Amino acid sequence: MSLSNEQVGRIARLSRLAISETEIDVTRTKLDGIFALIEQMQAVDTAGIEPMSHPQELATRLRDDVVTETDRRAAFQAIAPQTEAGLYLVPKVIE
Amino acid sequence: MINASLTALRRALDDKQISSVELAGLFLDRIEAHNPVLNAFITIDRDGALAAAGDADARIARGAAGPLTGIPLAHKDVFCTEGVLTTCGSKMLANFVSPYDAHVVTLIKAAGAVSLGKTNMDEFAMGSSNENSHFGPARNPWNTAHVPGGSSGGSAAAVASRLVPIATGTDTGGSVRQPAAFTGVTGIKPTYGVVSRYGMIAYASSLDQGGAFGASAEDCALLLSAMTGFDARDSTSLERPPQDYAAALAPVAGAGDKPLAGLRIGLPREFFAEGMSDEVRAAVDAALDQYRALGATTVEVSLPNAKLAIPAYYVIAPAEASSNLSRFDGVRYGHRAADYGDLNDMYCKSRAEGFGAEVKRRILVGTYVLSHGYYDAYYLQAQKLRRLIAEDFRRALGECDVIAGPTTPTTAWALGAMGDDPVQMYLADIYTIAVNLAGLPGLSHPCGFGAGSLPIGLQLIGNYFAEGTLLATAHQYQQATDWHQRRPAVAGV
Repeated sequence: MSLSNEQVGRIARLSRLAISETEIDVTRTKLDGIFALIEQMQAVDTAGIEPMSHPQELATRLRDDVVTETDRRAAFQAIAPQTEAGLYLVPKVIE
Repeated sequence: MINASLTALRRALDDKQISSVELAGLFLDRIEAHNPVLNAFITIDRDGALAAAGDADARIARGAAGPLTGIPLAHKDVFCTEGVLTTCGSKMLANFVSPYDAHVVTLIKAAGAVSLGKTNMDEFAMGSSNENSHFGPARNPWNTAHVPGGSSGGSAAAVASRLVPIATGTDTGGSVRQPAAFTGVTGIKPTYGVVSRYGMIAYASSLDQGGAFGASAEDCALLLSAMTGFDARDSTSLERPPQDYAAALAPVAGAGDKPLAGLRIGLPREFFAEGMSDEVRAAVDAALDQYRALGATTVEVSLPNAKLAIPAYYVIAPAEASSNLSRFDGVRYGHRAADYGDLNDMYCKSRAEGFGAEVKRRILVGTYVLSHGYYDAYYLQAQKLRRLIAEDFRRALGECDVIAGPTTPTTAWALGAMGDDPVQMYLADIYTIAVNLAGLPGLSHPCGFGAGSLPIGLQLIGNYFAEGTLLATAHQYQQATDWHQRRPAVAGV
């Protein structure tokens, strides 16, 4: 398999990673190498094999429906790039 | 003191031969003297360490000391530490002062151990050489032109050069065991779910597991004992009581000079085929002879699907990473680009600037394999191979008690030697990755040296929850050998 520049651009958009035209060429070459490695998987017949998502078979734990966290907004917002009046600031989304 | 085992340090602290403040000062001075060359630490926390050491001294004076009270250590910079810079080796988090502690950090603080700082690592734990750190590579203390391995390269280099007696690490595909092998220290990755992942910055959540570095299996046992235990804040934390791995090291009464009598060591045919360098093979063979001399028997086993571990890993890990790293959006914490247009532009530029090349590649691979129309061919196929690999281990561990083999195919390579091809470096993790896919515990201990005095490691793999067996097995080997007591010349130990 080898990717086209358009495909690399599309994956970068999905990944929310800005990528320049010159970077696309270099990235495509490296990704082609990685996918050549990954493609070795396709030679294996896995019909009837149950996918393993996790090393331990765990049931999801439930907890009581009560408040356990304290309000730490000030501490969390102290490390944010931009806040105002207890809110995170981002560029205007709705005109 | 610099070379002392934790047991000896404990005795010195309890007997008031040295205070915890003095001990912390001794190691802090070493860090400040040698870190400019080794680059093992990203952050040195002298003030925090001395305050914690003062508390430890008060606790020792009260007679309330535990095994780690007053013992200096370092945390891999993947663990969140409240009030202390936590970078994960990334520009993205270069200014991130965590507002909370990882569960591991909380446990170790409660044990009274003294954190001296945060160690260097490959960005977001993605790498096998520490060359992917935003803060420059850590160096191998045995030869500073060589890499210390990765991703926990800083922790391994720090323990090897005795800048600190013990350190924490994490292991997603070999990131504790491989740097342990490259730097001549002992490192253990426990069974998946034994160490809480809360506050451990996520790379690949179904593979990530905290682990321990020390000079010996005994030191690792003491540190790992303090790191384990159920934590409700990690949905995959296992509900098991805390373990005392140090107690498991005690020799069997009457074992004499055959302390490992009855232990069956499985040697996977596939690990001893082509790929291993001659010097690694010679050192591993000699270590196996030593194990036989200690009473163990060896039996050939087979892991026929082991070769599929690397391709399966490079689907599963990037897929999980692309999801985990989507949280870095420049809104709530981490890097935000200086110039941007709309919200989407802010995301794209902040992420492009904040992440390094290898992290971006893995995000792109992960995004692709999870995208519409490709999920079955990649992610689902990789999970089926994961099942085959885990089944291989289940069968093999039915025929033996532990599996042994090389930790790495070669000794540590020179900085830059892997060139520009990421796949070359991926292949260097051939012996460690399958263990993470299966979720089994693995340990690496030093077993010799190759050309240029570069250390060689032997890997032991056990069944689920066999950490105690791995540590006890390595401990018996270390009672009979002195590889783990060799020290590099670089830091004057």
